[in-house]
Amino acid sequence: MAAKTLTINGQMVSARPGATLLETIREAGITIPTLCHLDGLSDVGACRLCLVEIEGQRRLQPACMTVVNEGMIVHTDTPRLRSYRRQIVELLFAERNHVCAVCVASGNCELQRLAALFGMDHVRYEYMMPAYPVDISHPRFGIDHNRCVLCTRCVRACDEIEGVHTWDVAGRGINSRVITDLNQPWGTSTTCTSCGKCLLACPTGAIFPRGVTVGERPHASERIALIVEARKQRW
Amino acid sequence: MDLHELEAIAEREQTQRVRLRILCCAAAGCQASGSLELKRRLETVLTAAGRLAEVDVIPVGCMGLCGHGPLVRLEPSGEMFERVTPADAEEIVAALDGGSCQVPRCDRNHPFFTRQLPIVLRHCGQINPERIEDYIAAGGYRTLYHVIHEMTPSEVINAITRSGLRGRGGAGYPTGLKWATVAKSPGERKFVICNADEGDPGAFMDRSVLESDPHLVLEGMAIAAYAVGAEQGFIYVRGEYPLAIDRLQKAIVQARRLGLLGAQIFESGFNFRTDIRVGAGAFVCGEETALIASIEGRRGQPRPRPPYPAESGLWGMPTLINNVETFANITAILEKGPEWFASIGTEKSKGTKVFALTGKIRNTGLIEVPMGITLREIVTEIGGGTPDGTPVKAVQTGGPSGGCIPASLFDTPVDYESLAAVGSIMGSGGMVVMDEHTNMVDVARFYMEFCKDESCGKCIPCRVGTVQLFNMLTRLRNGQGSGNDLIEIEALCELMRETSLCGLGQSAPNPVLSTLHYFRHEYERLIGAEVEHGS
Repeated sequence: MAAKTLTINGQMVSARPGATLLETIREAGITIPTLCHLDGLSDVGACRLCLVEIEGQRRLQPACMTVVNEGMIVHTDTPRLRSYRRQIVELLFAERNHVCAVCVASGNCELQRLAALFGMDHVRYEYMMPAYPVDISHPRFGIDHNRCVLCTRCVRACDEIEGVHTWDVAGRGINSRVITDLNQPWGTSTTCTSCGKCLLACPTGAIFPRGVTVGERPHASERIALIVEARKQRW
Repeated sequence: MDLHELEAIAEREQTQRVRLRILCCAAAGCQASGSLELKRRLETVLTAAGRLAEVDVIPVGCMGLCGHGPLVRLEPSGEMFERVTPADAEEIVAALDGGSCQVPRCDRNHPFFTRQLPIVLRHCGQINPERIEDYIAAGGYRTLYHVIHEMTPSEVINAITRSGLRGRGGAGYPTGLKWATVAKSPGERKFVICNADEGDPGAFMDRSVLESDPHLVLEGMAIAAYAVGAEQGFIYVRGEYPLAIDRLQKAIVQARRLGLLGAQIFESGFNFRTDIRVGAGAFVCGEETALIASIEGRRGQPRPRPPYPAESGLWGMPTLINNVETFANITAILEKGPEWFASIGTEKSKGTKVFALTGKIRNTGLIEVPMGITLREIVTEIGGGTPDGTPVKAVQTGGPSGGCIPASLFDTPVDYESLAAVGSIMGSGGMVVMDEHTNMVDVARFYMEFCKDESCGKCIPCRVGTVQLFNMLTRLRNGQGSGNDLIEIEALCELMRETSLCGLGQSAPNPVLSTLHYFRHEYERLIGAEVEHGS
């Protein structure tokens, strides 16, 4: 199959057939925000930050789940998209208690970076300030649901890379929550292998290593993609 | 089973039929107002009179006028009684022989009956939904026989395409085109799914069809399966419909026993098996990709389309998903011809539409009307206006995905495009009538509360946006809103409409946007902005 040629933000770009728009956009050196996407994991199109305008299509499409087509004309950074992205990040900040000053991920947080990128100087929505529990029943890791953005990267890393599926989502709508096993304390999970891939995948400080200072907390979500790459059979 | 045996069953039914029959509604609405007790009482009275052999008491499906139930109809006289209580049983039996009867009669010449055009509902209230013989006697399963033995799959699709039938689940996608896409999509297996996860507040069309005429839907599904090349079907029914599930289950067992479903249907090479999957109470599972995830045993959450289920659906195979009412239209189209069907309705919306007429309306119930009828005809003529004569203010169509249409636009014809043009949608057929006393901000808030509770939580705009909108509307209603809130409400509505993952989030702002558009003064009154405008 021949490579596809498309136009992204007025720039002619070539793409491998079957590639997603997101891969192609990033290969071309164009930045586009993402949150629920993580290289190495399957995509779900949930965060809506990588939505792009495609000429001739009525609806905005998530770049992470859209396959390139010959002659596509794509816009990734229009005023409308910028405004939507900022609104979405504001909604996230209003949803749970994202207080950077007391967060282990401050300085290493994808949500924080996105807010800075979009120039979010205030949140226009009412803070909902839920009182979610913190689960520190696991000897090595903890999860603070107040910092979770429900990107489900931990769920997918655990299922697809570790092959365990300890994590999943329970509840629905605003009451959704990631859970371990059948909503048991993490420390009592019989499936968790304590591999720490959920920690690597977490974009915020929701899943954190215990007994480690803020400065020492690893933030290396790219290691998920490295693991996937390293496992590929090459001979 | 072949055509002769089918005819033999029908003939036997006709000859064994007694002359005097009491049809007693046994659909969920009338059951709730005591029709089963009434039926038992009628049988007791007949037994006492020693007339059980000459009079049949038959439990039938929905007779339409649900708000006046329990309903009873006598045959052959055709007299129909409403609000019948068990104590009225003696009088009803007396009325069989023309005796005096004080039980209120339904006026069969009322527009409620005369303005309807039953195609989907043609057997509703006529046959016992729990007996396949009744359906066969009414002409059932002949179309399936003719389709299998006399038509090629592409001829079937061609006929459906020419009929102009569009999806009755709400979006109005051309049914023939969808069938053709599934038929042409490569896949080692294909599936047919009937979406019976009806969940709009105030909607009970699909439930009534399944409770009143389950075989009509099964036959439509089997024809669809033949046309697209599927051998397995699923009916996804919401768990809140126990009676519909029970009757469907019975219908499937009966059809299988007669060789009308299962392997080698009508002694042909065509196999079609269908099973029921019961929803666990999530509105979002009416969205096709979420519904598929639910059948597969996963969390019922939608995924971005494309790929559409027609290419990659259940377990990645090409899958045809249609609504109950869409399948219920199929046999009539093939029986009477696509041209006949296309002659009903408007240029772009063919055939009829079933509506559940509820709210502040005299004749609450189930109606089927030709497309193109005006809202005014439905509300004032068929519906009979409000019970106490208060002027109607608006009608809400399409449930939480639809909008409120003000009385000033009641000359709008009911078709997909016209309803969309006035800011609502056809939807699956819920129609809630509101009178002058209804507060439209409360209406918008009610629907937003529904969407907030039913959001699956996968995408951010819907998960958080619905809650924020609900909170803003609550603040407004409590008099704590400001002028800025209206601006933020509109901006958030736009965000949700444009960026949400599935139809639930994308259409959740519709009730707010349509009430803001037509009844903005009610919002402004709450923030005191009206005074400012005046000065």
